[in-house]
Amino acid sequence: MLLRIVSTFHIEFAIALRNRWLSIAVVMMVLFSLVLSIAGSAPTGPLGVDRLSVTVASLTSLSVYLVPLMALVISFDAIAGEIERGTLPLYLAYPVSRGEMLVGKLAAQLVLIIIAVCLGYGAAALVAFWFSGPVAMDGLPALLRLVWTSVLLGAVFLSLGQMISGLSRRPSAAAGLAIGLWLVAVVLYDLGLLAAIVADDGGVFTTRVFPWLLVANPADALRIYNLAASDAVGAASGLAGAAQSIALWKPLASLLIWVVLAAGLARLAFGTVKP
Amino acid sequence: MTMLQISNLTKRYGRQTALDNVDLSIAPGERVALLGHNGAGKSTLMKLVLGLLAPSGGDITVAGHAPGSKAARDLTAYLPENIAFHPSLTGREQIRHFLRLRGRPASQADALLAKVGLADAARRRIGTYSKGMRQRVGLAQALIGNPALMVLDEPTSGLDPVSRREFYALLDELAVRGTAILMSSHALSEVEARTDRIAILSKGRKVADGSLNVLRTDAALPLTVQLRPQPGYTSQVAAAFPEAKQAGDVLTLTCAQTDKLNVLTRITAVRDTIQDFDFLPPSLDDIYVQISRSAA
Repeated sequence: MLLRIVSTFHIEFAIALRNRWLSIAVVMMVLFSLVLSIAGSAPTGPLGVDRLSVTVASLTSLSVYLVPLMALVISFDAIAGEIERGTLPLYLAYPVSRGEMLVGKLAAQLVLIIIAVCLGYGAAALVAFWFSGPVAMDGLPALLRLVWTSVLLGAVFLSLGQMISGLSRRPSAAAGLAIGLWLVAVVLYDLGLLAAIVADDGGVFTTRVFPWLLVANPADALRIYNLAASDAVGAASGLAGAAQSIALWKPLASLLIWVVLAAGLARLAFGTVKP
Repeated sequence: MTMLQISNLTKRYGRQTALDNVDLSIAPGERVALLGHNGAGKSTLMKLVLGLLAPSGGDITVAGHAPGSKAARDLTAYLPENIAFHPSLTGREQIRHFLRLRGRPASQADALLAKVGLADAARRRIGTYSKGMRQRVGLAQALIGNPALMVLDEPTSGLDPVSRREFYALLDELAVRGTAILMSSHALSEVEARTDRIAILSKGRKVADGSLNVLRTDAALPLTVQLRPQPGYTSQVAAAFPEAKQAGDVLTLTCAQTDKLNVLTRITAVRDTIQDFDFLPPSLDDIYVQISRSAA
């Protein structure tokens, strides 16, 4: 079983390299990280916060927007592409299970995300150390936390991308759905919540339902977890109040549950594909 | 002993019947061609044999195992129709992957690619291959580990006549070693009488199953006789063969298989007026069309 997963991993990673997914992802992450870490230097002094913590606050937003997008773009072709090329019935006739195929693909795609996130945020850390020296060490735990939670978020959206791929069966349809999912999960969801809070005006929705809805979205869960886990980051983001009203374990649990749930959904969607 | 045993196989999609009570068995070393129009049920039958689809009724066993079971998958090789593979991978990488999926050493890839004539292209990306070359990659993966049963969906489509000959030579080699082969085609002429048996599907039913000779006899198609009279004798020949149709200076008539000698006798009777004559057997495609049509 392991050999088949490793072989799938191997082949998918080679494909991703040749498709330039890795270079595109790394360039995007490094570029945005550098811009944010350099541009984010202005408000450091008066807040009494180290430079890296400020950068992490900015990078958290980058993770929320860019990591899901990258993950969906990398994964939308996973099943639909095999259908289009006519290779799916062949693979399914081999002694390899659908689960093994998905795990192999997910692992290869996740490595891309890990490399892109590490290089991007590593570059941001270098900038912080370059400008403010050892003081930036204070922000290092927050940066590491952001790195591994971003990888978890990447895993969630990779699996969701695979799910879409299995449901839509055609790469073009899968690509459209992936962009739609990104818009809804990352942009419209928050706007909807905001509108609901404004309409509710401090009522039951705001105090009881809203925190759960916020935590239920994996992208928001990542944001809250990172802002709430570090006072400095929270302070730098100006959102500390909102974030700290939610217990720390909730967003983390949400992220972890989503990783498993999304992978399960991808497997279910793949199961409905008749070769 | 049979390698593939299919009995009373039925597959329905909603109210549409794709396969209707089909029986078929293939012994080790036997090459069976499955013929039919597009939509006759060939690919459906193959996917049922591979366990990719579940039958609505009937039984299939692969060397005694259920289709799609681990044991059956280990024994069976498959070449799907119109396979493209990922254009970014080289032929070598793709075959190494298939070898590892079967738990075989990836080092066999070069030998397999050489066997299908792709040794020189092994390190090039599949995106640069022609359709025939991609088909060869598909064939190379089907050769992995000397399978006991090979299921080939339109394997010769996209192959030029020379490659097709080489492909059949490979099949012969496999059959000698005991591989049971089920291959589909949409034309009898493609099969070129290089298989032991031919089964014809029409609208989901099996309408013929036998050697080419058996099919030829069953079709009972007449031969075509062409007569070329000596210059200036056309009207005499036409008078001797009133049933013949004239086109240019050639007279054409048909004759039943059993009537050949009689026609020959009539030709010899007027031998001085005839420059040349030919007896043309029905073509493979004629036989195929006749059988499919008479069953419909």
